[in-house]
Amino acid sequence: MSLDTPVKGCLHTPVLRERGQREVFCGLTGIIWLHRKMQDAFFLVVGSRTCAHLLQSAAGVMIFAEPRFGTAILEEKDLAGLADAHEELEREVARLLSRRPDIRQLFLVGSCPSEVIKLDLGRTAERLNQRHAPHVRVYNYSGSGIETTFTQGEDACLAAMVPGLAETDAENLLVVGALPDVVEDQCLSLLHQMGVDQVQLLPARRAADAPKVGSRTRFILTQPFLADTAAALERRGAERIAAPFPFGEEGTTAWLNAVAHARGVHPERFEKVTAAPRARARRAVAAHAETLRGKSLFFFPDSQLEIPLARFLARECGMRPLEVGTPYLHRALMEPELALLPETALSEGQDVDLQLDRHAALAPDLTVCGLGLANPLEAAGHPTKWAIELVFTPVHFYEQAGDLAGLFSRPLRRRAILSGEVRP
Amino acid sequence: MKLTLWTYEGPPHVGAMRVATGMKGVHFVLHAPQGDTYADLLFTMIERRNHRPPVTFTTFQASDLGADTASLFKRSAQAAFDRFRPDAMIVGASCTAELIQDDPGGLAATLGLPCPVVPLDLPSYSRKENFGADETFLALVRALARSMPRSERVSCNLLGATALGFRHRDDVAEIAGLLERMGIAVNVAAPLDASPADIARMGQAHFNVLLYPETGEGAARWMERNLGQPYTKTVPIGVGATRDFIAEVARLASVSADVPETGLRQPWWSASVDSTYLTGKRVFIFGDATHAMAAARVAAREIGFEVVGLGCYNREFARPVRAAAKDYGIEALITDDYLEVEAAIAAAAPELILGTQMERHIGKRLGIPCAVISAPVHVQDFPARYSPQMGFEGANVLFDTWIHPLVMGLEEHLLTMFREDFEFHDAAGPSHHGGKADLRPVAEPHIPEPAPANVMAAQMIEAAQALAEAIRWLPDAEKELRKIPFFVRAKARRNTEKYAADRGLTAITIETLYEAKAHYAR
Repeated sequence: MSLDTPVKGCLHTPVLRERGQREVFCGLTGIIWLHRKMQDAFFLVVGSRTCAHLLQSAAGVMIFAEPRFGTAILEEKDLAGLADAHEELEREVARLLSRRPDIRQLFLVGSCPSEVIKLDLGRTAERLNQRHAPHVRVYNYSGSGIETTFTQGEDACLAAMVPGLAETDAENLLVVGALPDVVEDQCLSLLHQMGVDQVQLLPARRAADAPKVGSRTRFILTQPFLADTAAALERRGAERIAAPFPFGEEGTTAWLNAVAHARGVHPERFEKVTAAPRARARRAVAAHAETLRGKSLFFFPDSQLEIPLARFLARECGMRPLEVGTPYLHRALMEPELALLPETALSEGQDVDLQLDRHAALAPDLTVCGLGLANPLEAAGHPTKWAIELVFTPVHFYEQAGDLAGLFSRPLRRRAILSGEVRP
Repeated sequence: MKLTLWTYEGPPHVGAMRVATGMKGVHFVLHAPQGDTYADLLFTMIERRNHRPPVTFTTFQASDLGADTASLFKRSAQAAFDRFRPDAMIVGASCTAELIQDDPGGLAATLGLPCPVVPLDLPSYSRKENFGADETFLALVRALARSMPRSERVSCNLLGATALGFRHRDDVAEIAGLLERMGIAVNVAAPLDASPADIARMGQAHFNVLLYPETGEGAARWMERNLGQPYTKTVPIGVGATRDFIAEVARLASVSADVPETGLRQPWWSASVDSTYLTGKRVFIFGDATHAMAAARVAAREIGFEVVGLGCYNREFARPVRAAAKDYGIEALITDDYLEVEAAIAAAAPELILGTQMERHIGKRLGIPCAVISAPVHVQDFPARYSPQMGFEGANVLFDTWIHPLVMGLEEHLLTMFREDFEFHDAAGPSHHGGKADLRPVAEPHIPEPAPANVMAAQMIEAAQALAEAIRWLPDAEKELRKIPFFVRAKARRNTEKYAADRGLTAITIETLYEAKAHYAR
């Protein structure tokens, strides 16, 4: 790890807050990874053809594998009278559940159209709960673009589940945030080796494994975009363990250390458990850091992962962040990250045209952005890394640290190969 | 409310984006919530465009709802004009903005922008993407095109090509070249690559060539009525249709229809002996109406397939598709529900599917080869190489594309001849389907129970098991059935069982199998 970057931290850096056109996904997109994680859940969006088209475009080929999500498309007659819409929805749900008896959790997901016509999905969810209990539990949250940006859809979903979690007096640890199964297993194994037991996951893979929560519950976030879920858990009496997010060797160690500290794990044991994977992670990152060191970096806002990733790229790969944009900056959750991030320009929200002007003036070596901007920026000569991949690919914890760095070094290596600068 | 998973078409404002993005010098201001910018990536990723679509989204959020959204729209429209200085602007609302009932046209008019501003009416809850494209192009033509003296040299406009159109780029090039060989100039091709100034001079053309009725018919009709320009009714996909198209154009332009068919190889390829095996292969066709109807004609008359299914997802064209289907003695399938399409394909049990990206996946699931003939399509159907669907080169492309997924004659012959050979047994599969050849040990003393080669086989076996309560396959017959190449075995099983059921047989012997084969021989 390179610590020669002067670290002043960004805790007191002023944040540029902008309003204007935002080039971001809405929260519905979260469904695409959430439904893979929750194996007995179905996500039913109540929305328009646009919502269905968005899910189809974002899901790519996945949509052809009988995924457990769909859209109840509002038609003209649904807009004419509200009373009818609830009945229509209940009928569609009954049809869906009879066709898919394996479904145990059903999420009614609000969209912009359903929010604007004030369709009360909460009430429908309650009525459906009475009708289909105990076999199926029905939840409701909003993934609309007017309220949520991209990964906030996961936050809204998990926060909706918290009030329904069973109560417990036991001392337990909740690891919060949907992670790829392989990453989750590594995380659980490390905690187990450290002697941390009574660990549960939110979301759980199946409804039957749902975690319990109570006043002796401690929880820790694996993802930075879970502010509402954290607040909902705190309302249930659970206490958050503050930590940087587990990206890279440094982030993972700090994350595990926060748990170790909270649970009184002996430093010797912590060292014994983490020494080997830490060394592995450092070696794996070093291979990519060669390409990345000294290169400047620009983040367009997308997922709220930007600040932790910029911290990882700056401190462990030697990159120079120029501007780090994020759709929302939740100060309390981000504090440990901001303390570690070398001084850089921070922006929250977006006016995409103005941000593109700043970007053009800075001409960074690598730009992290959405797919709507990536090819146009490449064509203008800027190497890019498209951001969505960072949400779908296993990138957390030790064993993925090298892969994570690889996602950023690859576009630069590719550019060098295609321009004939290096021989592959 | 209708439960949907796949949609063949996006909402109408995506159609409007296809027109704006295809054109030059046009900017689209779309009143839409945060998140609707997802549609940008259709253009930058699937079509691999090297620029952002010329669309400004107002991206209103919950906090903006109320009176504020109207002024937000005005600010966005003014800012878009100031930044991009377009030659013309179009304004419209997406599905959510339609509900909050700001009036983009009226609001934009109050700004007094120094360029034409064309308001769009996009009814998101009743219409879809193709309607949006057709309507937007019509609105632009109505606003900008004027009657004017005809060009000195005989010329025409090409109508309907858009951004994100299936092979539109190469079709325009192919047809422009064909018209050039007939001595006809292209005045304007629009919307793709046209500017507002180009739209304004469309009145010079002597007639219009309507390439894609889905996205250009509204404009073609308006220009016929108001500018006195007749338009072509034949879409030149396939050799026969291209020849008919040439004859139609020759009549409209008063030029000779004698065009050298340079480079046309499809008829000879189709006549060559290796293609004999294509005779009567059962094909199911689904897509947009224009491509589906054209494909049916090529399949039936130029390649010699049997069309066993024909349908489209755009209801606006249900009537001509129904009429076309009747020509092939079948009932048309008009639906935008992929489950209905899947059921129809399973029932027809075709040997080849010609369809969209959705049918490609249905084909994969059922184990039936498929070629893509129509949007919606994925990135691989925006190829780097020249690959039109229209004209004579288009006919060559169609032949290669459709035949490739089928087992070709020689390979089929080999498979049949050496059907118990260690390299040509069931599970090995045809060499080009990407499955790893699973060589059988040469010295193996007995034929192992083959695993179902694919999902289709599994489904068929399941169906057969249900049937087996009434009709039983005797072990010898079952063994003989396995000697039939796997890609026709499902059909053989079905035919044999139907044959047995029709005759009230309860057991199928080897004789029944071959009786049925003889009965269904063609």
